[in-house]
Amino acid sequence: MKLLFTFMIIISVLTSIITNKTTEITNSLIESSRSAVELSISLLGMMCFWSGIMQVAKSSGFTKILSRFFKPLTKLLFKNLSGEESDAITMNMSANFLGLGNAATPFGLNAMEKLHKSSLIKDTATDNMITFVVLNTCSIQLIPTTVAVLRQNAGSQNPMEILPAVIITSLITAFVALTVTKICNRLFSLKRSRK
Amino acid sequence: MSYFSNLVLPLFIFIIIMYAFFKKCDIFSEFITGASQGVKSTFNILPSLVALMVAIGMFKASGALDAVIAFLHPVTSFLHIPDEIVPLAVLRPLSGSGSLSVFQSILKENGPDSFIGRAASIIQGSAETTFYTIAVYYGSLKISNSRHTAFCSLIGDITGLLVGLTVTRIFFG
Repeated sequence: MKLLFTFMIIISVLTSIITNKTTEITNSLIESSRSAVELSISLLGMMCFWSGIMQVAKSSGFTKILSRFFKPLTKLLFKNLSGEESDAITMNMSANFLGLGNAATPFGLNAMEKLHKSSLIKDTATDNMITFVVLNTCSIQLIPTTVAVLRQNAGSQNPMEILPAVIITSLITAFVALTVTKICNRLFSLKRSRK
Repeated sequence: MSYFSNLVLPLFIFIIIMYAFFKKCDIFSEFITGASQGVKSTFNILPSLVALMVAIGMFKASGALDAVIAFLHPVTSFLHIPDEIVPLAVLRPLSGSGSLSVFQSILKENGPDSFIGRAASIIQGSAETTFYTIAVYYGSLKISNSRHTAFCSLIGDITGLLVGLTVTRIFFG
């Protein structure tokens, strides 16, 4: 992450000098930082709401029941999960699956926190964390609502016709990404890479 | 179809609240406890969001993104990736709002039911904003070493691109 960030800023500044876009780049700095704040403020309400719902679900034992359903999947993907961790991960997976993007983020942050607690090296991602983040970037949704709405607005005859295609693509993508993750977790295991 | 997708969210909330009600939970105070955690989380991720969005904004504004797309052209045309799709494919892992606006302009330019429109829809719908997720999830915990997370996610994104195009061809010829 620090590589990407540094790299992008350096390349951007150099390119802007070459292409003579130094005003644009300064403007975009101000624009983007404002957008980030606007995004956070707009997220604030939903984050609070879903974090509240999640706490209710946790204290009522709902998350435990849900995670029992997902046990075969979580056992396959993750190693040595504690009860709390698998509950949180399950909530995030369900939210993603149901297309509740706004819910998935607070659930996901909570799951990351739980995974982080049991980690020994506090500034480094553990194998389970990596699997979890990769899983989140794969987005296996039952119904791709955002895309469908945009297609409808653009005048599509049948906005949902892409549904089976999206499901197949997401499943294959998730399979590939998670397999690569499992291989990398073994190849670049923490014990060996700590030189 | 859209009836079901509109039903999902309220139903999900309903089930959770009803279950808690039957379990005799103090729903309101548990909700408040959770919600105040939500406020903290939002402000925890703000710095990561600023960092990411500024870096990407500058990258786009300087023309570096266009340079990358032009640079990739020989590879993308070799793989039969349509030119219109390339900006979407490059932007998808970087920026949610960016890829959304590219997606909308693709739909406007090419129509939603054209090959390009459908391919774009499938690619847009089967991936998440990789770097946003990485920045937010690791940033909130101040984890600076994400090891091979970005690599594995990007493999996923590239797979999504190639499989998405293939699937579009198979389904919609």
